Amino acid sequence: MTEARANMMISVWRGMGSTGKFETFEVPAQDNQTVLDVVTWIQQAADPSLSYRYACRVGMCGSCAMMVNGQPRWTCRTHVKRVLRDNQIEIAPLRNLPVIKDLATDMDPFFDKWVKAGGVHRASRSRDMPIQEVKPDTAQRQAADNGIECINCAVCYAACDTVSSNRDYLGPAALQRAWTLFNDEKVVDKQAVLDAVSGSGGCHNCHTQGSCTKFCPNDLDPLGSIAGLKRETAKSFFRRGSKQC
Amino acid sequence: MIRPHRSHPLWLAYFLHRVSGLALALFLPFHFLLLSMVISQPQTADALLRFTDHLTVKLAEGGLVFLLAVHFFGGVRLLALEFLPWSGKRKTITAAAIAFAFFVSGSFVLRAV
Repeated sequence: MTEARANMMISVWRGMGSTGKFETFEVPAQDNQTVLDVVTWIQQAADPSLSYRYACRVGMCGSCAMMVNGQPRWTCRTHVKRVLRDNQIEIAPLRNLPVIKDLATDMDPFFDKWVKAGGVHRASRSRDMPIQEVKPDTAQRQAADNGIECINCAVCYAACDTVSSNRDYLGPAALQRAWTLFNDEKVVDKQAVLDAVSGSGGCHNCHTQGSCTKFCPNDLDPLGSIAGLKRETAKSFFRRGSKQC
Repeated sequence: MIRPHRSHPLWLAYFLHRVSGLALALFLPFHFLLLSMVISQPQTADALLRFTDHLTVKLAEGGLVFLLAVHFFGGVRLLALEFLPWSGKRKTITAAAIAFAFFVSGSFVLRAV
């Protein structure tokens, strides 16, 4: 028989745009319960006007990311036991993104920067040409594979203080995508990739704080990808300089 | 108070690097002022340098050496991270940089007192 548990006190950010405040809900504790379950319970049993976003509930889609006790997390993969402190949890919308309402953020700036960093694949072959062979064991392909599992949940973007202080900074996810493309042998114009990330707001704005890699729920390494871009843009700079001499 | 998303070693290393850089930047003008006094006002410079015989000033100098060492080794750490093709052991390298800084400044203080 399941032992009766005390209710948890859950503080949830309520508001639209830049205004709002935390509202506390009393939520029954369960043996197995994720933070997303808690938010869902509040919406279904306490306040149906609560807005939040989710889709798959199993860590595939990346849409349920929120700030839990001040840290960005996938709420669907965060067990309540891991974050419950003094029987309390604080849940807020992702940092560094405009709030639409309550826990739902506007992801447009995040994806706009992804495109600005050259994230869209530009094919080098037409559909009439034979499929390009890609060997999986080359160092370059493995570097591309390291970042390819990114599902654009924006956890790294929310964790990054450089994004907070520099509105133009492209952010870890967009730069990691660029690093993946740079290492993809199907991408012919590597210089275009480097040019897209080496200007204002590009990879050289990164202060190497490492929060992106620390909080990535997929265990990816955006910090390493940004370091790779810094290295390659520096090499490109000196190559261009030597050609001009 | 350090906010929850900043409570990890690499962010603290960033913070230490930034604070030590700012502190050194604030100290440098006084350092250059004293150096210039050696030429322009040698008696005043000698009087000021005699302050360094006091224990508290020696300990403060030890702090300055720590700031310089931690900024130097932290800078080497960043250059290694950004220009060498490795991705692991970041926390170990960070800990080593701070350990070297403590070693250098500790050695300075032990020799000075």
